[in-house]
Amino acid sequence: MATVVAVIASTHHPFYYRASTATGEDRPPFADEWVRKITGFRETLTRARPDVLVMVGSDHFHQLWLDNMPQFLVGKAPFYDANWYNEEREFGLPKMLLKGQEDLSAHILRAGLDEGFDLAFSNELRIDHSVTCPIITLRPEADLPIVPIYTNIFAPPLPQPKRFVQLGQAIREIVESWPSHLRVAIIGTGHLSLELGGPRQFGPHGPDPEFDRKAVEWIATGDLDRCLAEVTLDSLHSPGNATHGFMDFMLMMGVAGAGRKADYVDSLDLFHTMEAYFTWYPNGVPTA
Amino acid sequence: MSKYLVDKFLFTIDRDPELVERYREQPRETVEWWEAERANAVLNCHAGEASTWLRFTEEERDALANHDHVALFALGAHPFLTLTLFIAMFERDHGPLEYQKAFGARLAHFQMPYPDIAT
Repeated sequence: MATVVAVIASTHHPFYYRASTATGEDRPPFADEWVRKITGFRETLTRARPDVLVMVGSDHFHQLWLDNMPQFLVGKAPFYDANWYNEEREFGLPKMLLKGQEDLSAHILRAGLDEGFDLAFSNELRIDHSVTCPIITLRPEADLPIVPIYTNIFAPPLPQPKRFVQLGQAIREIVESWPSHLRVAIIGTGHLSLELGGPRQFGPHGPDPEFDRKAVEWIATGDLDRCLAEVTLDSLHSPGNATHGFMDFMLMMGVAGAGRKADYVDSLDLFHTMEAYFTWYPNGVPTA
Repeated sequence: MSKYLVDKFLFTIDRDPELVERYREQPRETVEWWEAERANAVLNCHAGEASTWLRFTEEERDALANHDHVALFALGAHPFLTLTLFIAMFERDHGPLEYQKAFGARLAHFQMPYPDIAT
């Protein structure tokens, strides 16, 4: 059976690519520290020596639209073009092409459906920065085949937080039941407190530093009980109007397992939103 | 109320570079053209199929035609769509992050809970 060699949860910040590649006067003052943090975080994936990446993210109204909106969708395609015109325009993100791992996609779809998750699928999926940001930060070579999994954190009505956790738990079991010798890393990105298009956007910190502090603690310690006790679809409005992206972190806590402490925790307090980086090694920390 | 249609306008303009420029320069003309010619196109469908019932309320049409992002927020337009398109149109006229901060400041009178964005 396949081995889950790393579980990684992260924020996805579309400004990283431009900040990290800018030079001279264009380079923001926080870029060097950010690159240092990302370089350390990247090493946590590299040392796990993955063959395949399962990538959990959320389409930002690119391919998935309100006339036909899935709650959870699995890509099943040999290739995924990536990044969209408006992401190139606003964030300077490059167009990318990633390979798919169709056998694992098919396995996740079949087993997921059989376990009670009515997963949608796509055979032609152009992915966006929720998946490409972690490729750029964690695996810039973009050389490993992926299985993209999209969640709806964006267009209400949304699934309940506990459903994200349950799906994460199921994904972990399903990947571990994949008849393959391959080494799989499961990577998911979301947000801490975040406001977009509202009065609290683009402040000196994330809109709710107290929520961010608690959220990092929940994730780092695997405290799903407290997290689920405090987080509801309603409560997520108050830290910031885009904070429902935190449910992708909750999904990843489900992948990592209740009570499972992260083996690597880091964060960076940026303007606008806090960055946070977590890695779990289900089979122990790999030796360098 | 046709919140969905307002979102559809923002979504379809935002993904087309020519329409972004047209809406920036001629907002009312673009809104009226779009409502007459594009509002009823079924997007995730092959060309030629169309709906028959979608139109803006006067309030929605005016908010779009006036580039009034505060009114759009009050109407429950999806704030991510509004922000993305308005950055594309107006960030170029301002210094780094200046437009984004001013955009937020103009919404400062809104208290929680914000207008409902569910469609």
